[in-house]
Amino acid sequence: MSYAAIDFNTTKLQQLIRLLVSTLLLITFWLSNANASPVDTFEFKDEATKLRFQVLSKELRCPKCQNQNLADSNSKIAVDLRKNLYNLLQEGKSDQEIIDFMVYRYGDFVLYRPPLKKQTYVLWFGPLVILLGFLGSVIFVLRKRGKAKENELSLSTGEQESLDDILNKK
Amino acid sequence: MKSIIRFIPLILFVLLGALLYRGLFLNPQAMPSAMIGKPLPDFELPRLKATEQMLGRDDLKGDIVLLNVWATWCIQCKYEHPYLLDIIADPRIKLYGLNFTDDRNAALRWLKQYQDPYVFSIFDEQGALGLDIGVFGAPETFVIDHTGIIRKRFAGPINDKVWQKEFLPLIDTISAEIAQGAS
Repeated sequence: MSYAAIDFNTTKLQQLIRLLVSTLLLITFWLSNANASPVDTFEFKDEATKLRFQVLSKELRCPKCQNQNLADSNSKIAVDLRKNLYNLLQEGKSDQEIIDFMVYRYGDFVLYRPPLKKQTYVLWFGPLVILLGFLGSVIFVLRKRGKAKENELSLSTGEQESLDDILNKK
Repeated sequence: MKSIIRFIPLILFVLLGALLYRGLFLNPQAMPSAMIGKPLPDFELPRLKATEQMLGRDDLKGDIVLLNVWATWCIQCKYEHPYLLDIIADPRIKLYGLNFTDDRNAALRWLKQYQDPYVFSIFDEQGALGLDIGVFGAPETFVIDHTGIIRKRFAGPINDKVWQKEFLPLIDTISAEIAQGAS
C-alpha cells in the first residue's frame, strides 16, 4: 500500500515537472518569435539589390550594439546605417566598395567575418590548433594505454617458466 | 613525465581563469576609432544657429579643435554639458559642436537653457558628417590637431576625471608638437 502511495507521488511530481518544462519551452519559443527583426520600408530597384541588402545587413555589425547585426538592431545608429546601406546600393556601389566604406569609418569591428591578418591569426587558427592539440593528446594517451596493457599481459621469462612448471605437473 | 601530465588540467584551468578574469575588467564599449590618424573629412553643413550659413572643414579654426557630438535626445549629453563649459577655459583648445540627427528647435532651446559652450555648432540633421567620422552615438568627442588629423575619439560623456586622464595628456602632446614646429 505504501509503495503505491510513493508511486502515485512520483508520477504526480513527474507530471508537474513535465508541465513546467513544456510551459517554459512554450514561453521561450513564443518570446523568441515575438522578437522579430525591425521592418523598414525600402523600395529596391530590383530583386537582386534587395537580396544584397539582406545579405549585407546581416554581415555588417551594428557598431553601437555589442553583438547584433544591422538587420537585427533597432538602435538609432543601426537604423541610420541601414538607410545608408540602402543609399549606397541604390547608387550602384559594389559589395566590396560598401564594406570598404564601412570599415574606413568604423574599423574591422563592423565585420562579422574578420579579415585574415596578423592580429586575427589566433582567431582564425586558434580553434584548429586546439583541435589538433586535443587529437594529439588523445592519440598519445590511447597509445600509452595500449602499451601498458601489452606489458601487463606478457609474462616475464621467470613467470612463464613457473607457469609451464605448474601446467606440466598436471 | 607523468607528474607533468597530471598538472595539465590545473595549468589549463589557471590560464583560462586568468583570461576570463582579465575579461571582467575590459570595457567592451571602448572601441578604437578607425578614424584616428586620418584627416577630418570635408563637409558642407549649415550652422545650427543660422542655417543659411554653410560651414566646411576650414571653418573649424584653432590649433587644437575639439569636436563634440551632441543631441537633445542624448541624456548623457546633459550630464556632460557643465563640464564642457569648464573645459573651454583652456585657451589651447577650441570647442565646436556637431548637433547630430536632432530637431533644430529643440537644439536651439537646449543651448539657450544650458548656455552654449561651442564656438558654433554644425547642424547635421541627416547624420552625414557623423557617418563620415564613424560616430555611433552621442556624446562623442574628437580631438583634431593643427594639421587637421583626427588624433582621438572619445565615446561617452566627459567629466573631470575623463578630461584629466584622456584629454589633457594628448593636448599637452599636441601643444609640444606645435611649439616644436614653430621653433
